[in-house]
Order: sequence, then C-alpha cells, then structure tokens
Amino acid sequence: MWSSEECRRILDEVIRLSDADETEAYLGGGHSALTRFANNSIHQNVEEMNVSLTVRTVLGKRAGRASTNKLDHDSLVRVIEDAKAIARVSEPDAGMLPVPGPAATENNDAYVEETASTTAEQRAAEVGKIVSRAETRGLTAAGKYLTGWGSLGEYGEKPAFALANSRGHFACYRCSRAEVGATIIAKDSSGWVGTNHHDARRLDIARLGDIATWKAEASANPREVPPGAYTVILEPEAVANLLWFLVWTDGFNALAADEERCFATGKVGQKLFGENITIEDDAFHPLHMSRPWDGEGVPKKKIALVENGVLKSLVYDRRTAAKHGVEPTGHGFPAPNLMGAWPTELVVHGGSQSVEDLVRSTERGILVTRFWYNRTVDPMKCIVTGMTRDGTFLVEGGKIVSGLKNFRFNESALEMLNKVEAMSAPERADSIVVPAMKVRDFHFTSVTRF
Amino acid sequence: MKDLAMLALDTARQRGALYADIRILRIRDEQLRTKNGQVAGVDRTEDMGFGIRVVADGAWGFSSSQKVTKEEIARVAAEAVKIAKASARVQRRPMEIAPEPPHVDRWSTPFEVDPFAVPLDEKIGLLLEVDAVLRSVSGVKIAEGSMAFNREIQDFASTEGSYIEQTILRSSVGYSATAVGKSDVQVRSYPTSGGAGQTMNKGYELIREWKLKENAKRIAEEAVALLTADQCPSGQKDIILAGDQLALQVHESCGHPIELDRVLGSEANYAGTSFLTVEKLRKLQYGSPIVHIVADSLSPAGCGTFGYDDEGVPAQRWDIVKDGLFVGYLTSRETAAAIGEKRSRATMRADGWNRTPIIRMNNVSLMPGTWKLDDLIADTEDGIYMETNRSWSIDQLRYNFQFGTELGWEIKNGKRTRMLKNCTYQGITPEFWNACDAICDDKHWVLWGTANCGKGEPGQIAATGHGAAPARFRKVKVGVGYVE
Repeated sequence: MWSSEECRRILDEVIRLSDADETEAYLGGGHSALTRFANNSIHQNVEEMNVSLTVRTVLGKRAGRASTNKLDHDSLVRVIEDAKAIARVSEPDAGMLPVPGPAATENNDAYVEETASTTAEQRAAEVGKIVSRAETRGLTAAGKYLTGWGSLGEYGEKPAFALANSRGHFACYRCSRAEVGATIIAKDSSGWVGTNHHDARRLDIARLGDIATWKAEASANPREVPPGAYTVILEPEAVANLLWFLVWTDGFNALAADEERCFATGKVGQKLFGENITIEDDAFHPLHMSRPWDGEGVPKKKIALVENGVLKSLVYDRRTAAKHGVEPTGHGFPAPNLMGAWPTELVVHGGSQSVEDLVRSTERGILVTRFWYNRTVDPMKCIVTGMTRDGTFLVEGGKIVSGLKNFRFNESALEMLNKVEAMSAPERADSIVVPAMKVRDFHFTSVTRF
Repeated sequence: MKDLAMLALDTARQRGALYADIRILRIRDEQLRTKNGQVAGVDRTEDMGFGIRVVADGAWGFSSSQKVTKEEIARVAAEAVKIAKASARVQRRPMEIAPEPPHVDRWSTPFEVDPFAVPLDEKIGLLLEVDAVLRSVSGVKIAEGSMAFNREIQDFASTEGSYIEQTILRSSVGYSATAVGKSDVQVRSYPTSGGAGQTMNKGYELIREWKLKENAKRIAEEAVALLTADQCPSGQKDIILAGDQLALQVHESCGHPIELDRVLGSEANYAGTSFLTVEKLRKLQYGSPIVHIVADSLSPAGCGTFGYDDEGVPAQRWDIVKDGLFVGYLTSRETAAAIGEKRSRATMRADGWNRTPIIRMNNVSLMPGTWKLDDLIADTEDGIYMETNRSWSIDQLRYNFQFGTELGWEIKNGKRTRMLKNCTYQGITPEFWNACDAICDDKHWVLWGTANCGKGEPGQIAATGHGAAPARFRKVKVGVGYVE
C-alpha cells in the first residue's frame, strides 16, 4: 500500500494547485483480489486496482465536490476546476463550517504486507483445502477468499484512506484485508462460515471449512416446526446481522434524534434495554483496528452508547455537534454532510459462556447460524424481517437434535435487547464485535420450503 | 482504443489464453441531492479503466486497472492469464462457452436531451422548488430530492473478432416527504421509492416527463395522512399491487430465480440459488394462466436495454413465463452451454470496468392484462391496494418473501375506503403467482427501473427494468410485519 508520505505528496499537490477559499482532498480505493468458488471449482477469479481522488472546494459559503480516478497533473487540475465550477452554481450554505484544523489522529494502522500481496496461487491453495474436504464427504463447496489493501468496499466503494485540507490537517490510515466465506451444501441442508481480519495468517481456513461442513451435515433431513415465539440461541453472526439495524435506522445518530425520526429521539438517559446490555463504539478495539477518523476528518472517540441498558450517548457530526455545543465524536459522513453520523465500530459486551454452554442451558429452542436478506419493516420500532440461513437447528434438552427448515422472522431489535438471557464472549462477526445471545420469545412468523 | 484492445488480446493469447476479451470504459457520473431547502451534495465523478477476461487451462481469469496505458494493459493481460491458470488448480472440468459469431458495431442509447448539457442551476433549482412544495405541507419534517445521470462509453473487443463500441445513458429522479408524529415516521416517495426514484435509459426528458412539482403536494399530504391512518390489519385478504410495487415483486420473485448462474450454483455462498431448477423448465406452472412474463433487452429506454451484453452478444427478447408456464432463463455463453442451449440470451453485464460480467436481469416484465383499475377495485370485496415499496425480503431460493409498502387503501365491497399504514404481505412465490387472477391493461403499464440491484462477490450493482400494471392476488397473508 502507498506510504503515508506518498499520500501526503499527492494530496498536498492538490491543495497547492487549488485557489479556492478552502480545499479538502481525499484519497480512497486500493487493491482487491477475490477468488470465488462454487460446485467445488473456482469459477471466478478477479483482481482490481482503483483509486479515487475527491476534491471539495469552498468559495465563500458555496461548496462543490468532484472525483476522478486519475492522478496525473492534468487530472488534478481538471478535478479542482470541476469542483469549483460546481461550487459557483451551488446554493450558499449559511450553516457551513470551515474545514477542520490540524488534529492529531492516533495511529491505528492494520497493514500486513504479506496479506496485501497474497497471490492468486496462494488463494487457490487455501480454497483447495475447503473444496477437497467437502468433496471427500460427498458435499459441495461454494465461497470466496478475498485479499487486498486500502479502502475498496464490498461494492467498489472508495471511502478515504487519506485526507488533507488547506488548513493543514492531514490523516492517513493504512490497512490490509483478508476475508473468507464458505457455504457447504448437502442434499437438503447447508452450513456457512465467514470472517475477516487484516492479517490473513489469522484465518484458519481449513478449520472454518470444517465448521461449515459440520453445520451442513448436522442440519441434514431438516424438520419443520410451526412458526411462533421461540427461545433462540443466536450465534454472533446472527446477532450482528440484527444489531446493525440499530445503526442503519439512525438509532444513535444525533441528527436523526433532532429530526425526531429514530428510536433514540428524546430518550438519552433512559433505560431502553436489559441490564445486561452495554454497547460501545470503539475503532481502537483490537478486533476492529479501523480508520481512526471519520468522513469529515475528525478523530474518532470511543463512545459509550448504552451502559447497563441505559442509552448514554449519541454520535455527532460536526454540524450537529456545533448546534448542541458539544464536540463532534468522529463518526460523521463526508461534507457536505446532511446525513449526520453513524457508529460503525460497535462493541457489544458479552458474558463468559460459550455457544455450547448456551445450548446446554436450553430446554427447547432454536440455534441460528445467521440471518439473510434482512430489511427494516419499521424504523422507529426497529422491526426487522429476514430469513434464517445455512444452519438452523432444533435444541431440546440441552442438545442439538436436528436441523430445521428455515424461518422468516419479524422482530424488533430494541425489544430483543430486553429479552437476552445469556451471552457468550464477544467476537468479530459481520464487521462488528458481538457475543452470541440466548433470547426468549423471538418471533418467527412463517416457514419456507427448505 | 482499438490499438490498446488489440495489445491486450495479443498479450493474452501469447501467454496461453484460449479466449480473451477486454472492455475499456469511460464513465461520467453526476449526482445531485437536496434536503430541507439545502443542497445536500453535487458530485461529479469521472472513472476510466479496463478489465481483461481470459480463459486459460480451461478456467476463467480476470484482472483490471485504472491506468489505461500500453504497459499496464500488457501487464494486466498477463496477470489475467496467470489468475486463470491458478483457477485451473481447483476445477473439476474445463468450462465451455456457447458459440457466438463476431460482431463489429456501434450502439448508443437514444435520448432527446443530454442531461450533462443541462445547466446545474436548472437541475438544482427544480429540486429546490419541489423541496419547497413538500415542506409547505404542515407535518412534513424532511424533504429530500435527488437526480443522477450516468454515461458509460465502452469499447469491447474479443479474440473471436468482435469489436463493439457502445454508449449507455441513464437518468434518475426522485423525491420523498417524511412526516413525523408521536413515535411514528411515515414516508411517501415519488415517482417511486428505492433511493433513486424512477430510473431509465433516457436523457433529461425523463425528469420533465414525471411532473415532479405537480405531484409534490399530494405526496406530502399522503405522508402526513399516514401518521393518523389505521394500521394494516392482519389476516388473509385479496391484494391489488400498484405497478411500482409489482415491478419489485417481479424483480425479486421472478427475475432473480431465472438467473441461470444462480440456478447452477455460482451464487450459492452469497445471493443464493433458485427454486427454478433445470428440471422444472417447461414443466412448472409458475403462475396462473394469465401470467405472461417476458425478458426484453430491446424495450425502449429500459434500464436493461442495450445493443450488446458484456460478452458481445446482441440484445434479445424472449418468454420467461408463458400462460403461467415457466419456459425461459437469463443465460450467458457459459451457462447456455451448460444446459445445452445453442446461444446465450445476452444477459451478462458488469458493474464498470473493474468487475467481470455476471448474469443480470435486463427488462423482466409482467405483460399487461385486460382490466381497468377502477373495474378491478369495483370487483374486489375485501382487499387492500398497496403502493410503493418500503421493505423487501426473500429467502435464498426465492420462495418465501415479505414486502411492505408505503401506502395502502382498504377496499370494501368494491369501494376504496380508508387509508392504511404499515402494510405488509407475505407469500411463497409459485403459490402467490398462481393466485393472480387479474392484471390491468397497457394504459396502466409502466416500465419501472430498479437502479441498485446488488449481486455477486465482489458486489456488483446493476440497473434493471421491470414493466408492470396493477394486478390482483387472491387470499394473501397481510399484516405480517407487526407481531405482538
């Protein structure tokens, strides 16, 4: 990955070339390589390198933003001129804040050269471990193994990994990425596993494949039980799948609370969840090691969002913070930001039990590996619908007794956090840090055909 | 461009590729957003790069870069071959592709007004005018509007002798009013929801066609009225789905399960597979006899309209469901060969230069029936009319779905009675389509655009088209999203 010095050289050149009243420049993108397999074969194997230079220029109280994926001199000049041209015809924004001044950002780099430079041959060898184990058991493997560096998102998004502005602020975050997902398919069942880390050496891919294989085999011949309210043991992935909706419905967004359109509206300081629920946002947690500044360039703070069930704090972008007379928390979107702020490095405190302990303590319940195609039904109540997928089990007498046909659920993530009976130690799942949870009266509303 | 393309193909061949293609793209994008009287963002993006796809040792490889230079093209072509050879290490049988003759051609989206030539202040001015109308209605807390324009110029060349220059132009427009009550938020969107609003392969004429200002007050008033509307009841009802909601129903419960790469397992780890397995082709009664669904890359101005797909196969139109019978798939050259079809249906599209093509919906549409909407409502004793999507979810085989809509109207004894909020319905795909007993006529039919369909790993976004007129479905489970 580019060094901090290289990033600074490019961004400083942009600032030098711009004659706008204020200028911000962001670099994003990177390198990504993904080996994809299905039917026990690699069927897609791709590599990309892309960068994005975004320039925001301010002329008085007017601002414009333009981007390019070219970094030669002419392109830099063109993108600056384009941003200025947009600024000239934009409406003035009376509430616009000056670009942030210099601020020290803590180094939180998560870069491992060996991971960033993983070859297609190395990825094929790792994929081969999963496929060969599935094949020897008469099963079918599908999945992906991704390695790369920088900030390329799942759909090619290019959030900034470096920024600079005309007031002298500069920040850079260097990271590598390795991500594996595997689905093992049997005749009438399937099992899934997935995880990511900035260091590919921390992914024991053969072991992950074994977990997915076990789930596929253990959920064979699935039984059908009627929909209804059940005690569930949600593995960390399933918990994370649901708790993201606290963020996506703008639950902790101070701007959304001002606009009275999220569950936190007027409720800071109130007990909303069970005593056993504590949630932080912490980009510096060892299982996160995320970019330590936000889209506005503000250094990230560790925030206590929920303590023992009480909603303690929200996250603030610069504009909303100024309105409230508080400091921004480092969770804002890039300027011009009328969306507010999201805490994206959630850490949910857990217990000391294992998933196996949660199963052992359950007289009758359902163990869920993960949820799929989850969507908001009601944003204020944080009701979510979705399906169980790739490993849904009936638990009786403290044991897994069979696989189950998959359910559709309709459940409020808010209400769920009032029904948590026990938790495992937290781990990284779906890009946040969460425990497994045993939850009573979880609402399954229909069953599907498989 | 042609010299660069030939360099890529020659290099790939020299390195051992049996087949290679290259796509060189120049993309221009403009997005405008307003919120509560302010310009929330005006973004212009230029994006250029190339992707090279090869077959070597019987396996696929793909590599791409944003540096469009001779040196980089030669490097990336060699890299793609190297990747293909790595793929071959984990492969059960060499892949094959259906034959396709070479094509040398040029194709462009027809349009009337170049949206990039329309002054920015005119576009922003229109959005702010709409914004003001929306906020003039008491109870509206948030007004948001957006426009987006995208032009992709692509050169495609293959080792089979094809060279195709294609330009796709796409425009989007939409706005919403958010009303806030006590512990309740209700949103109405126009022309439809989904972030982008209505999207079509057209120029700025799309924005002028939709009468944005004329509809703003009604939309705002509906958002406010929803705050005090009754909750959608639970139980079994006949439902009439408005065209914009039905378009998404077609997308999710027909469009995705007919993607042959899903059916054959390629998406098993992510988007899922499909209940429409190969042995069901021409055997499964997918819907009632009035259900006729067509895949059509030739429909004027649809998001899935093009001259050639990203494998260089010409656009086509064919039946998917005919008289209720499931009769067709969306295919690629590889998947067509896998099920013994002679030619691809041309549905391979890539999200930019840095993604390899995968099967994507073109314009998958429910053909119009014979009813007038007023007659259909008059013919319904106990039902709900549902309009504009709010929530959508479906299982990975595409059986069990649940949708929610922004607006509902109760129908009692043939009359539209009270407004309903928080409407949801749930079903199983073939049961649902077999319960379809009435479809409105071509006067009600609109070709809607779904701007942000996600699929694949790495993820790819595609815009797809879905024509639909309102239709009725008997005895559907409603009110399923709010469980006490």
